[in-house]
Amino acid sequence: MVGLVRKVVIASKLAEARKAEDALLREVRRCGYSDSVLFAIKLALEEGLNNAIKHGNAYDPDKMVELEFDVTPQQARITITDQGEGFDPDAVPDPTADENLERPCGRGIMLMRAYMDKVEYNRRGNRVRLLKHNR
Amino acid sequence: MEDQNSGLTVSTTDGATVVEMTHRKILDEINISRIGERLNAIVAESDTPKLVLDFENVSHMSSSALGMLITVHKHVREKDGSLWLCNIQPSIYEVFVITRLNEIFQIAKSRQEALEQLA
Repeated sequence: MVGLVRKVVIASKLAEARKAEDALLREVRRCGYSDSVLFAIKLALEEGLNNAIKHGNAYDPDKMVELEFDVTPQQARITITDQGEGFDPDAVPDPTADENLERPCGRGIMLMRAYMDKVEYNRRGNRVRLLKHNR
Repeated sequence: MEDQNSGLTVSTTDGATVVEMTHRKILDEINISRIGERLNAIVAESDTPKLVLDFENVSHMSSSALGMLITVHKHVREKDGSLWLCNIQPSIYEVFVITRLNEIFQIAKSRQEALEQLA
């Protein structure tokens, strides 16, 4: 089932990300998702938007982040696109490897993968698609 | 003493500094930065810091917050101090397990248990 796809375009500011998150999470709550699924979506959304703003657009005020979402009672589809150069997600070191455990950064992607049912990057690495089923 | 700016309540019990996170969500970068600065200042003030961080009020955390905690932990260890985390809600504890940070941090179920460990 496909719902109405909504799009929010925000500046590369973390405060803007919070407003976009609120719009999406309102839909998730309206569709009656469980607390654990809500927690997962919120976490992944936070990480995805932070990555887009901080690493993708590098806080460039001329670059925007696009958040698209389609939330139905069955599933939430979320796409986050930045205007940065992109990156290779497979090249990011595993933060759970012994040698990386005490690194202060690099956990965002693995948390998205842990909490979402599907996480897919485009070839360029500036767009991530997230899928979470409501169950 | 409540520090509204960073969302922390700081007190001293049995020689240990107990810091209660008063914000429900430790997500916002600016907030995380303020918390980190405050915690690192507390660590810097003590020769051998004994620190308890109480997460009872916290229902959401981001990877940036985990990074901030790792940095604080490093500073505590550099001074041969001790850091305990306590009252972590199950959903947040799961984040620690997934990231294996439960193997790095000393985690107590309650504030009392954390203080007993530091005594």
